[in-house]
Amino acid sequence: MADLLELKNVSKIYSRGLLTQVSTTALNNVSLRLDDAQPTIMTVAGESGSGKTTLAMLLLGFITPSSGQILYKGKDIHALRGEDRMLFRREVQAVFQDPFAVFNPFYTVDHLLSVPIDRFKLAKSKREAKDKMVEALTAVGLRPGDVLGRFPHQLSGGQRQRINVARALMLRPKLLVADEPVSMVDASLRANILETLRGLQKNYGVSIIYITHDLTTAYHVTKSIVVLYRGAVMEAGDVDTVIKSPQHPYTRLLIDSIPWPDINKRWGETEIKAREMELTEQGTGCRFYSRCPFAMDKCKQDPPLFRIHEHQAASCYLLEGHPVIAPENLSDLLPV
Amino acid sequence: MMVSPKTMKDSVVLQVRNLQVSYYTDAGRARALDGVDLTLCAGEKLGLVGESGSGKSTMALAMMRMIKPPGRIEGGQVIVDGTDLITIAEEEMLKARLSKIAYIPQGAMNSLNPVIRIGAQMMDAIKAHQDQSTSDWISGAEMEKRCKQALESVDLNTSVFKMYAHELSGGMKQRVCIAISILLRPKVIIADEPTSALDVVTQRQVMETIDRVQKQIGAAVILIGHDMGLMAQFVDKVAVMYAGRLMELSNVRDMFTDPKHPYAQALIRSLPNLENKGVFNGIPGMAPALLQLPGGCSFHPRCPHVMDICRMQRPEPTTLPGGRIVECYLYSTKA
Repeated sequence: MADLLELKNVSKIYSRGLLTQVSTTALNNVSLRLDDAQPTIMTVAGESGSGKTTLAMLLLGFITPSSGQILYKGKDIHALRGEDRMLFRREVQAVFQDPFAVFNPFYTVDHLLSVPIDRFKLAKSKREAKDKMVEALTAVGLRPGDVLGRFPHQLSGGQRQRINVARALMLRPKLLVADEPVSMVDASLRANILETLRGLQKNYGVSIIYITHDLTTAYHVTKSIVVLYRGAVMEAGDVDTVIKSPQHPYTRLLIDSIPWPDINKRWGETEIKAREMELTEQGTGCRFYSRCPFAMDKCKQDPPLFRIHEHQAASCYLLEGHPVIAPENLSDLLPV
Repeated sequence: MMVSPKTMKDSVVLQVRNLQVSYYTDAGRARALDGVDLTLCAGEKLGLVGESGSGKSTMALAMMRMIKPPGRIEGGQVIVDGTDLITIAEEEMLKARLSKIAYIPQGAMNSLNPVIRIGAQMMDAIKAHQDQSTSDWISGAEMEKRCKQALESVDLNTSVFKMYAHELSGGMKQRVCIAISILLRPKVIIADEPTSALDVVTQRQVMETIDRVQKQIGAAVILIGHDMGLMAQFVDKVAVMYAGRLMELSNVRDMFTDPKHPYAQALIRSLPNLENKGVFNGIPGMAPALLQLPGGCSFHPRCPHVMDICRMQRPEPTTLPGGRIVECYLYSTKA
C-alpha cells in the first residue's frame, strides 16, 4: 500500500506581534493519510476558524507547517524540486470557494483552459488542445458550445464552478482539494456540482478532500469525515456513523444545528452556549471546554482520541474506557 | 411589550400589489419583477426562495424603495400599515425606513462602520428618526438605554455598545444588525440571506434571535434565501420566485410535503436529506436570462409537464383550497 499523501503530526501556528508574541494555533497535530490505490472522498468539516482552510493551504503547499511533515508519494512537498515539483503541481489540484473571484475577467474560457495545457505541455497541437478542453467540459456536464468563447461574467456561478472542476480534470490529477466548492452556488445547482465531483472519483480515480461546513452535502458525497474545531480533531470516522450517532458534544451540537429541509425534523433543543467569552487563546486542554455542557476538570488536559467503533473515534473524556488510539493512526479507521 | 397572538394574526401589515421593477441596460430592458402580489399579517414569517436572478433581492429593495438606476419601479403598490410607500415623498420614505419597514441586507455585518463605536451607530439610527416637534422626542440617556435593551434582546452583552466592529465575530456583528433593525419597532423586517456567511451553529443562533425579537415586537418577517433547510426550520409560508414572478405561495408544510408548481416540485426534489443518501436531483436546464424571457410561462423550457398553452400565454395565479396560490395551467380552470 503506497501512500498518495501523508500528513505527519502537522501543526500550524500563526504568530503576530513583535513584543507581545500572540499566537493562534490554526491546526494542532493533525495526521491523515490517503491511499494511492483506493481513491476516496474525505470530508474535513468544521465551523469558521476551525482550521479547514489552513489545512487546504498546507495540502496545496501554499504555506509551510510550523511542525510536522506533509509527504506526497513519500516525499516532503516542500523539498520537491524540478520535475517532481511539476508533477506535484500537476497532480494536486484545487477548486476554491468563490467561482466569481478565481477567473481573470479579461480572458475567455478558452484562454483560461489553455493556460494549464500550455504550462504542462499537455497537447502537441491546437487541435489536440481543443479536444482536451471539449472532453473535460463534457465530463463535468457542460455543453462546450455553451461556454467556449465566452467571458466569465457571461456564465452562471454553477457553470463557472464546473469550469474550475474541468480545468482541474484536464490535468488528470490524483488529488483534488475542494475548499467549500458549493457554498456560493445556488442550492439547485449544488446537486449538479457534487454529482460531478463524485463522478471524478468514480470514473477518473481522483481522490478528493472535500472541505466544508455543510454536513448535509458532506453526508451525501463522502465516505469518511474528520470534524475539526479550532484546529483539533474532535471526531472522525465513517460518515454514516458520525452523522447518525455523533459522540463528541461538539459534533452533536453541529449536527443538531443543521437546518434539514424537512419540516418534521426541527432544530434540536440543545442550548447553544455563546462563543463571545472565549475569544482568547487557551493553552492546553480540550478546545471545546468553554462551550461544552459536559465540561469537567479533567478536560483541562488534552483528551486523547478514543476509538468507539471500528470506524469512529472521538476526542472526549466522556468516552473514556474505549481504547485510545494515537493521532498518527487516525487514518486507519477511516473507510475508503 | 408583547402583542397578543390573536390580534397579531388578524391585522394585515404588508400588502404588495402588482409590483413591477425593470433594469434598463445597454442590452435592453430586464424585467426583474413582473407583477408580484403578496399579503402579510403581523407576526407572520414568509420565506422568499428562488435561484439567483429570480428577483428575490430586487423584491426586497423595491419594498424599501431602494432600487437604484438603471433600475426603476414601474408600477404597483407597497402598503405598509396603511401607507403606500411607493407614492410618499422621499423625506417621508426616509422616516419610514427602519420605523415601519426594516432591512437586514445580505452580508449586513460588513455594513457596520469600522471606525465608529457600535453604540454611536445605533444612536444614529434613532437620531435620524427623531422629530423635535413631537412628544416622542427622547434624551440621549434614554436612547442609550434603548440601544442597550436592543443589544440584550439579541443576546449580546451591553459592553458591545462601546466596542468597534472588528472586535466582534461574524455572528455577533450580524446580531448587532438585527438589534439596529428592531430599534424602532418596525412592522415589517426584511432579512436578505442574513446567515449566508455563517456556519451552522452561528446560523442557528442568529435565526433563533430573529425569531425571538420578531415575536417580541410582533413584526412580520420576510426571509430571503435559497437555503430550503433554513426555510423549513423558520418560516410559516414559502413563496417560490422564478424569473420575477411568484410561482407558488403555500404554507411551509404544504410546500414541503405536497408542492404544486412543477418548479417548486423540482426544487423540493433537489433537496438532500438523510434518507436518500447519494441521490442527486438537480433541476435540468438553466435559469432564463431576464433580457429575453421565453414567451408564455417563463418556466416552460424546463418544465416536464409543458403543454401548448404554456408556450403561448402566461398563466394567471390560481387560488387553491387552503389559500395556496399557484401560477400554472395544471391547476388553472382556463386551460
